[in-house]
Amino acid sequence: MLRHINRTVVAQVSMPAGRARVLLGLLILGMTGLLVRAAYLQGMQNDFLQQEGEARFSRVVEMSADRGMIIDRNGEILAISSPVASVYADPQLIAINPTQLRELSGLLAMDEAEVERRINREQTRFVYLKRQIVPEVAERIHALKIPGIAFETEFKRYYPEGEGTAHVVGFTDINDQGQEGVERGWNAVLAGEIGSRRVIKDNKGRIIEDVENIRVPKPGRDVALSLDRRIQHIAHRELKKAVAIHKAKAGSIVVLDAQTGEVLALTNFPVYNPNSRSSITSERIRNRALTDTFEPGSTLKPFPVAVAIETGHVNPGTQLQTSPGTYKVGRSVIRDVSDKGMLSVAEIIQVSSNVGMVKIALSLPSQTLWEIYDNVGFGMPVGTGYPGEANGLLRPYNRWRPVEQATMSFGHGISVSLIQLARAYTIFTTGGELKPVTLEKQEFPVMGQRVISKETAMAVSQMLEMATQPAGTAPLAQVNGYRVAGKTGTAHKLIDGKYAKKQYISSFVGYAPASNPRLIIAVMLDEPSAGKYFGGAVAAPVFSQVMSGALRILNVPHDAAANNIVRYLFVSPEEQEG
Amino acid sequence: MFKINLVLVALLVICALGVVAAQHEARKLNMAWENERKVARKLEIEWGKLQLEQSTLIARRQIENAARMQLNMEVPSADYVQIISTRKVDESRWVVLDNAKTY
Repeated sequence: MLRHINRTVVAQVSMPAGRARVLLGLLILGMTGLLVRAAYLQGMQNDFLQQEGEARFSRVVEMSADRGMIIDRNGEILAISSPVASVYADPQLIAINPTQLRELSGLLAMDEAEVERRINREQTRFVYLKRQIVPEVAERIHALKIPGIAFETEFKRYYPEGEGTAHVVGFTDINDQGQEGVERGWNAVLAGEIGSRRVIKDNKGRIIEDVENIRVPKPGRDVALSLDRRIQHIAHRELKKAVAIHKAKAGSIVVLDAQTGEVLALTNFPVYNPNSRSSITSERIRNRALTDTFEPGSTLKPFPVAVAIETGHVNPGTQLQTSPGTYKVGRSVIRDVSDKGMLSVAEIIQVSSNVGMVKIALSLPSQTLWEIYDNVGFGMPVGTGYPGEANGLLRPYNRWRPVEQATMSFGHGISVSLIQLARAYTIFTTGGELKPVTLEKQEFPVMGQRVISKETAMAVSQMLEMATQPAGTAPLAQVNGYRVAGKTGTAHKLIDGKYAKKQYISSFVGYAPASNPRLIIAVMLDEPSAGKYFGGAVAAPVFSQVMSGALRILNVPHDAAANNIVRYLFVSPEEQEG
Repeated sequence: MFKINLVLVALLVICALGVVAAQHEARKLNMAWENERKVARKLEIEWGKLQLEQSTLIARRQIENAARMQLNMEVPSADYVQIISTRKVDESRWVVLDNAKTY
């Protein structure tokens, strides 16, 4: 074919040899020029040009990843992210007339002057007018069609139960990072990781091709807590009421599942509303039940008794003389509220006699007493994963003085957090096993750790049941239709290393139904100052209210006849030491 | 020879057009997919909002207030409650407990 063409060309064109050579030379020169240029662009400038080209149509877009929800054990929402709009302005583009300004500031709920000041800021092209407003308002602002005003979508955390779950759930900051509580402790699980991908967009801004995934987005996972929103509500309501009635400085309440150790409710007062950040102060933010410790007083008495029975030092029927209601240990005097005479060990718990308790405690080696407190978890964090759990204080037994061994038997000289106290009572509800407490819902039952034998647990449980009987310290803890067991505590507050005369911490820890315990509830009120301060008068009624509500919600079968409450028989609780 | 080349050129053109068409189709589909993604995202957000709304509406505090204030309801006191048990309630233990002295 080529030959054929050549022949034609040669046949038709003929020119002088010189001109042909010049022409050829020029053509070769031109060709070389082009080749050099091509080599330059392809070889040396390649990267730069490719970049420039891509920059004209390829874009990196973000792939959103939502923060996970926090839900309760029944899947009800305790924290959820919802989109909100943030309004911003470009002061260089803005054009607004007075009517629009009035409407805009009305919708933003801001001063007209303030809005004007912001949009008139010079030398900036971006200023937030207001962050996190509800989408409906944003739409109405959008409808005003003011040039230079634009919106971006952000996510805001909402807490449907408000202050009721504030201390457990915590809250996030404006950038969606957990600041307190579960939001903080579980931030790594909850927080999503924003992904990004490279795409090609056409001239109308539509994505027409997916080039590559730069980072795969990782949406946050939901966290299922062990809380029961219904019980939490009751606990919070009753605590709030009690704090108000008794003019207490603070109060806490913990509800545990008596068999698994899951936290079903946990609330404190004072508290804040996580939906409005302005109510948050450092005093209100503290989750006292988990992060604060106190000297619990008589609520600790069942533990030395349990270990004394376990080691065979006493049995529930052993008689001890508590007359004349005082007992000297070294240079200190231990006192009962009144002279109670001869008491059995069971009655010592029932009427909460300090003298009897000290006699039992001093018959034990100090190591044995220390071991029971250590075994039920005092002095170390309970390990829920909640940020800032308190250790409490349990000093080593080889540094105890005799009087300390004595006072420690009725809960002084040792400090615990309310959740430690509630957890310790699992040894009486599970037949001797200490269960770990969890804030997360347990998928499988968790193994406990045996502390005392089943027989001992039963024996102490019966004593605790006597304490809520008419002759005990806490008849007000009774619940209609259920057998209740528990122990009161009234402790002088430790202020600057000295026991305050008139400031008390009243507490009650108990469980029901006694025949097959389902719930442990621990109540603590700090400085009740409306007259009453005994645990049996202040904390026990709260226990009763919360317990009856919670048992009804959980549909727990009754284990006693209705109307088993015989309050008219009992001596006023003021007569009895907590 | 020439004929084969002609066929090949024709084939080449057809293939090239095919590539262009396929590319266009791919982009169209991609756009559609992108749109669906946006819709899915919107629905997700809507779902979140509805969940929030639901959980706000079932807040116990509100229900309780409505029951107490608007409907004048209250929890019956123990005197008005009759418990009907399917099992026999063991009351023998109360005797023991009431006589703690003889424990």
